[in-house]
Amino acid sequence: MADEALFQFLHNELIQYVYKSSEHGEMENGRCITKLENMGFRVGQGLIERFTRDTARFKDELDVMKFVCKDFWTCVFKKQIDNLRTNHQGIYVLQDNKFRLLTQLSAGKQYLEHAPKYLAFTCGLVRGGLANLGVKSIVTAEVSVMPACKFQVMIQKM
Amino acid sequence: MAVCIAVIAKENYPLYIRSVPTENELKFHYTVHTSLDVVEEKISAVGKALVDQRELYLGLLYPTEDYKVYGYVTNSKVKFVIVVDSSNTSLRDNEIRSMFRKLHNSFTDVMCNPFYNPGDPIQSKAFDGMVSAMMVQAC
Repeated sequence: MADEALFQFLHNELIQYVYKSSEHGEMENGRCITKLENMGFRVGQGLIERFTRDTARFKDELDVMKFVCKDFWTCVFKKQIDNLRTNHQGIYVLQDNKFRLLTQLSAGKQYLEHAPKYLAFTCGLVRGGLANLGVKSIVTAEVSVMPACKFQVMIQKM
Repeated sequence: MAVCIAVIAKENYPLYIRSVPTENELKFHYTVHTSLDVVEEKISAVGKALVDQRELYLGLLYPTEDYKVYGYVTNSKVKFVIVVDSSNTSLRDNEIRSMFRKLHNSFTDVMCNPFYNPGDPIQSKAFDGMVSAMMVQAC
C-alpha cells in the first residue's frame, strides 16, 4: 500500500475542491457532505470486493462488523477500531481514539466545526463496504474531542 | 474447458452470461437459472454442515446427463456458475477452483473500474478476454 500521507493530502484537497466548486451562490453545507459521502460509497464498494476476496464467508452481521473494525480499518488506516459497541438491535458504535484523517487537524477542540467535512468520506466508505456485503445501513459520525471520533452504524432492516 | 460461464448479482439477476455453442443459448440460461436454487440452498445450509460453511467454492451443484454445473459465491453475494461438458472427465476439482479464482480476480478488477457502476451488465473487454480463454474452442 502506498504511504498514507499521500491519501491524507488527496483527501484534504478533495474536500477543499468540493467546497470551492459549490461556492457560487449558496453555501450548501449539506450537499457537499452528501457528495463526499457518495464518493466514499463507491470507493467502499470496490475496496470491500478486493479485501474480501480471500477471506471466508461471514456468518452473520456481527461477523461483518468485526471484519470492518479489524481487517478493513487496518487496510485503510493502518490501525484497528479501538472500541465496538452494539445494542444487538442493529445499532453499532465504532470508536476510534486517534482517527488518522483528523490527527493533523488539531489535538483538542480547535476547528471542531470543520470536523464533519473530514468524516463524510469515511462514513461513505463504511456504508459502501457494508452495502456490498449485503448490509444496508446509515452511517453517521460525531466528534467531541479530536482526534477521537465515533461512527454510528444503523442497520436498515428491509 | 467450460461450456457456459455466468456471473449473477446478489439480487439474482445475471450480470454476465456467455455460452459457447451459441445455438443452444436458451438452454444454458435455463440451466444457470435453475442452479441458483441449489446455490441458495448451499449458502443457507445451517444444520447440515456437509459443505464447509466458511468456504467460497461451492463445488458441484448438480449433474445432468450432458453437463455438470459448479458454483462459487463471493463475500459480496455475487455468484459465479460454470457449466462443463460431462464427457470431459479429465477436469479435476483443482482446475475448476483455479477457474473460479481467475473469475473472481477479474471480477474484482471490474468492480474497481471507476467507469463501472455496480449492478450494470459487465462490458469490460478484459473480462471478456479472460472468459474466452476459459471456454471451449468452438470448431
